[in-house]
This record gives sequence, C-alpha cells and structure tokens, in this order.
Amino acid sequence: MAIKVLTEHINVPGIETFDVYRKQGGYTAVEKALKTMTPDEVVEEVKKSGVRGRGGAGFPMGMKWSFLAKPEGVPRYLVCNADESEPGTFKDHYLMKTIPHLLIEGMIVSSFALGANKSFIYVRGELMYVIHILEKAIAEAKAAGFLGKNILGSGYDLELVVQPGGGAYICGEETALLESLEGKRGNPRNKPPFPAVKGLYQCPTVVNNVESIATTSWIVNHGGDAYAAIGIGRSTGTKLISASGHINKPGVYEIELGLPVEDFIYADEWCGGIRPGHKLKAVVAGGSSVPILPANLILKLGNGDKRLMSYESLSEGGFQTGTMLGSGGFIVFDETACIVRNTWNFSRFYHHESCGQCSPCREGTGWMEKVLHRIEYGHGNQHDIDLLVDVARRIEGNTICPLGDAAAWPVASAIRHFRDEFEWHITNPHEATQPGAVFKGDMALV
Amino acid sequence: MTTETKPTIQFTPDRLEKAKEIIARYPEGRQKSALLPLLHLLQEQEGWTPAEGMDYVAGLLQIEPIEVYEVATFYTMFHINPVGKHVIEYCRTGPCCLMGGEEVYAHLRQRLGIEAGQTTVDGQFTIKEVECLAACGMGPVFQVREKYYTNLTNERVDEIIDELSK
Ligand SMILES: NC(=O)C1=CN([C@@H]2O[C@H](COP(=O)(O)OP(=O)(O)OC[C@H]3O[C@@H](n4cnc5c(N)ncnc54)[C@H](O)[C@@H]3O)[C@@H](O)[C@H]2O)C=CC1
Ligand SMILES: Cc1cc2nc3c(=O)[nH]c(=O)nc-3n(C[C@H](O)[C@H](O)[C@H](O)COP(=O)(O)O)c2cc1C
Ligand code: SF4
Ligand code: FES
Repeated sequence: MAIKVLTEHINVPGIETFDVYRKQGGYTAVEKALKTMTPDEVVEEVKKSGVRGRGGAGFPMGMKWSFLAKPEGVPRYLVCNADESEPGTFKDHYLMKTIPHLLIEGMIVSSFALGANKSFIYVRGELMYVIHILEKAIAEAKAAGFLGKNILGSGYDLELVVQPGGGAYICGEETALLESLEGKRGNPRNKPPFPAVKGLYQCPTVVNNVESIATTSWIVNHGGDAYAAIGIGRSTGTKLISASGHINKPGVYEIELGLPVEDFIYADEWCGGIRPGHKLKAVVAGGSSVPILPANLILKLGNGDKRLMSYESLSEGGFQTGTMLGSGGFIVFDETACIVRNTWNFSRFYHHESCGQCSPCREGTGWMEKVLHRIEYGHGNQHDIDLLVDVARRIEGNTICPLGDAAAWPVASAIRHFRDEFEWHITNPHEATQPGAVFKGDMALV
Repeated sequence: MTTETKPTIQFTPDRLEKAKEIIARYPEGRQKSALLPLLHLLQEQEGWTPAEGMDYVAGLLQIEPIEVYEVATFYTMFHINPVGKHVIEYCRTGPCCLMGGEEVYAHLRQRLGIEAGQTTVDGQFTIKEVECLAACGMGPVFQVREKYYTNLTNERVDEIIDELSK
C-alpha cells in the first residue's frame, strides 16, 4: 500500500469534525511543536524534508521559510494560497472540504515556525461553502484551545482569518493575492522584493499553497528525514494530482512522487485507464499553463525509459519534448479531443484573466485568442500558425508576472506537437468545422 | 442643501454586526482589507452590488466610493448590474468541455431561452459564463449561489431548473 501523508484518514466518516480528526491523531503536531520544539527546529525539519511548493513553482518550502526577514518589532504573516483557479486543478478544494482540520493544523504549526500571530487563508470566492467549512473548523479548534491566546499554555498566540476572493485567476499569483487581501484590485507587484521581505502590509510574509501547508503536520510528527525518504531524488514526498478528462476515474489522488506516468494513467488504483473504446492522444500534466505532450512523449523519455511523475522527469527534454509537474492538474485527452479547440479555449481563459497591466500579456493574449478562434471556425490562413508562434514568443519573459508565459506555453507547445492538426483546420475548413469533426491524420495514439 | 441623506441601502442589523466583526479582523489601519468580504455580504443581501450599496460600504470602511467601484469591477463574481433570482454560472473551461460541457450548456440556454449574460423575462434566471471552478474532475459543472452542481447531463439540468423554479 502506497504511503499517504495527506489522505490516510480522508475517508473516515466525520473526519471534517474536530473530534473525529483528533481521534485519528489530529493536532498532535501542534502539541509536539508548541510543547517540545522551538520555531527554528520546526523550520529545520521542513528544510530537511525537501518538500517543494505545491502551488506549482516547486520552490523548496524550508528555504523560503528561512528567507523570511525578521526585523525587530515588525509583524510577520503567513498567508495560505487557496485561490486554486488553474484549469485542471481541484486538489485544494477537495482537501479543504473533506478534511479541513488538516489545513488548520498545518496553519498553526507553520505560523508557529514563522513567528506569525495572525495568519490568513485566502480562498477563491466561488468556494464560499468551503469558507464556511473552514470557519467552523477554526471555531472548533479554538474551542479546544488550539487557537487563540496562549495556545496549550505555550505562550504562543494565533488568530486565523479566512478571506474570500472575488473571482480572478490572477489573485492566485502571490503578489496579486496580497494586493487583493489588502482590499485592492489584483494587480501583481514586481518581484523582487519577494513577499518574504515585503509582503502583506509591506511586512515580511510567507505565501504557501494549501497542500504545502497541510504537509507540515506530518513532517513535524515523523521528522523531515522520514519525509525525504519518500519520493524520488529532489522530488521528495507525495503529491496530490487532480485527474480530469477522458479517463475512467477522474478525481484527486495522492501519489508518491516517482510513480511512472503510465501506471498513473492505466492502473486501477489511479485513473483506471482511458474510457472504453478510446485511445490516449495527449496529456496536460500540470495544469493548463504547462506544455501539452502527445501520448508517446508523456509516457516515455527520449532514451525509451518510462517518464515518471516527478518535477525532474516531467521536465526532462525541456520544452522540446518535456513539460512540467506544475500544480498537478492532470488533464487527459483521447482521440475525440480537438487540440485546436482546446488551445483556443485555454487562450480565451488567459485573455479573460489577464489583469491588463503589461501590454505584451494584455494584447498578446487577445491576439492569440482571436487567431485561434478564426482557425477553429474555419477562417484561418496560412500565416496564422507562424503568427501565433511569433505572438507567443513576444509575450514570453516580457511581463511582470508569469501569467504571460502561462498563456504562451500552451499555444507554442500545441503547435510544436500538433502542427498537422492546425494545418488541417486551415486547409480543410469545411470538414474541420463539421460538428464533432476531429483530425484523424498521422498521430501516435496509445 | 446641507441635509445629510441617509443611504438608501444599508445592511440589516445582523449583517451590520457581521460587517463590524469582519472589519475588526484586520490590523489597525488596514480596514480596507474588509472590502471583498463586505462586497460579498452586500451581494448576499441585495442579489447584486448596486452603486448605493457600494457607497454605503465605502462609508463603513471610510474610503472613497471610487475605491470600492474599481475593486468591484475587477472581480468577476460581483454583479454590477441587476440579475435574476437565480444566477447560474457555468464553467466554460477546457476540462469541463472535454466532458461534454458545450452540449449541456447549450441545452441549458435553450431550456431557459436566453444566452449567457441574459436574464429570463420573468426575472427568475440569469446565465453567466465563468472560467474553471476548481471542480474539473466532476465536470460539466455550474454554480448557483454557494451550491455546486456537478457531473451535469441534459436530464440533470432539467431537474435542477424544475427544482429551482418551484
Ligand atoms: N495552483 C494553481 O492554481 C496555479 C499555479 N500556478 C503555478 O505558479 C507557478 C508560478 O508561481 P510564481 O509564484 O510566480 O513562481 P516563483 O518561482 O516566482 O516563486 C515561487 C515561490 O518561491 C518564492 N521565492 C522564489 N525565489 C525567492 C527568493 N529569492 N526569496 C524568497 N522567496 C522566493 C516566491 O515568493 C514564491 O512563493 C507556475 O509554475 C505555475 O505552475 C500558476 C497558476 C495557477
Ligand atoms: C497566474 C498565477 C496564478 C497562480 N495561482 C495559484 C493558486 O491558485 N494557488 C497556488 O497555491 N499558487 C498559485 N500560483 C503560484 C503562487 O504565485 C506561489 O508561487 C505559491 O502560492 C507559493 O506557494 P508554494 O510555494 O507552497 O507553492 C500562481 C501563480 C501565477 C503566476
Ligand atoms: S503578465 Fe498579464 S496578468 Fe501578469 S501582471 Fe502582466 S498583464 Fe497582469
Ligand atoms: S474546467 Fe470546469 S471546473 Fe475546472
């Protein structure tokens, strides 16, 4: 049986309540940290664990924590990023609604480690029902003495605030999130300075993803070394993968990093294979922002070895033949999916969500959406594909935040790997625009 | 004229209590942080965020009304125009479309006889297109207020509309 760091007790009836969670060993990490450890010792364990940010960038969590500035007399903040809006990603939603105390416990342990006395959980506003679940969990934890003043007699005080967003993907970008939390429009700030130096209210702030924070309880309980022993190489531990699309069993799965992609897709324990009667065409492995890969490249590396679910293995081959683990939003396409239509759909998303601050992103996402729309609807011309590649290249690396890159990569990679399909739309507009029509040319289906 | 006009829209007493409690959550001088929560509270009460309500919120937070408008218009959840009794917000993003979303949403629009962005003449339903709702494994999906409706089919859509129409 594979090791479960986050989801071991997730199916226990009543696990959303304090009492049941506590009976399953919940809140022992708070007791251990506050009664027997110093904040620096907690940071040390998290460093040893090698756990990397689960929001998508994969930045080592312990290292980020140790970068937190500590000027005298200035408050420090921990902000949990629960804005989860990356298409294909729904793990944080699942975790918070099913086992809210796991996040609350992680927030207490992490806030203690960082010396924060007021911490925030910024949840996308659409998840108002989850906000109520978290607020109830916080009230229960407070009533049991795990939050508030002088927690467990340790002298440590902590208050948790759950903040709703207002519906804006960009507010998942950490500096836009902080602006939003200050009651402003969600326009990203220039980095550096990183939030660790100047964050919420200009004070030192750590922003971490829900899954990252939820992991800290296990690390405190079992030690950083035990966590580092799970996984593969620099991809330590487990990862929640949100699996969607044309598979038999969509859902959220906790995997040990290093699992072969092939096993994840086909084994009954995970996705359970492609829908009956269909074949694998392509995968977006880490949320809509990462490059799409055709079946043969997602399953195997250049040398013929199996590709693994890890930061390194997924990115092997760079952008020519690789992709990224990202937020773990694993979207599976069978042969009925039209890559052009999906690419247009994603580019409409990025255009809609661009905050508009930088012209390459604001104008470029609009251009890409427009050109893809005309290709998809049978009005494309021969120059359009090169035009798309050119626009994508002009956005990349020229913007304040990575949303611009996130918009460019899916387009560039779809053209790199499925150029025939774009050309077919342009040369056979009549056929391509028939309802349900998809490209059936030369393509490696698995 | 020198008379001070009372705002035409105000929070109900229990919502005002709640608003005060929210404002007190933030550090001294950082009350503007309460803006999004208060806009949600306003929309919960009024069904949308009318200008008079936003002015009232500005007053509670002691900020300029323009600071409220510029925020409300940035975020897609706030309805700055009147909407129907039930606002159906369906996810139009890739993974939901892979699961047949486009057909199901076409059925929804046909059933209600309106396009996305419109309200039925009886004022019962508004349809809005939104992006990924973080429920992609259960698509197609739409949201009505706080409730998520998942794994939608044409039949499910009919049942839900019947239910909401009661
Ligand atoms: N989960 C989701 O819904 C989504 C996730 N993403 C992911 O977000 C990623 C991009 O996120 P960014 O925050 O822009 O990446 P980043 O690489 O700039 O930062 C990652 C984290 O490390 C911290 N950091 C990096 N260098 C630091 C330093 N020198 N000192 C202190 N802290 C430092 C940052 O503050 C941040 O918290 C993408 O890779 C994408 O996968 C994107 C969209 C949505
Ligand atoms: C456009 C954009 C959207 C993002 N959305 C999210 C998000 O919804 N959730 C999240 O945890 N990180 C998101 N991120 C990444 C955050 O900026 C940040 O790296 C992360 O919250 C840090 O937490 P971690 O180190 O625990 O991953 C986004 C980044 C970008 C550029
Ligand atoms: S890259 Fe796009 S989303 Fe990011 S700051 Fe610039 S305009 Fe806004
Ligand atoms: S794509 Fe519809 S909920 Fe994510």
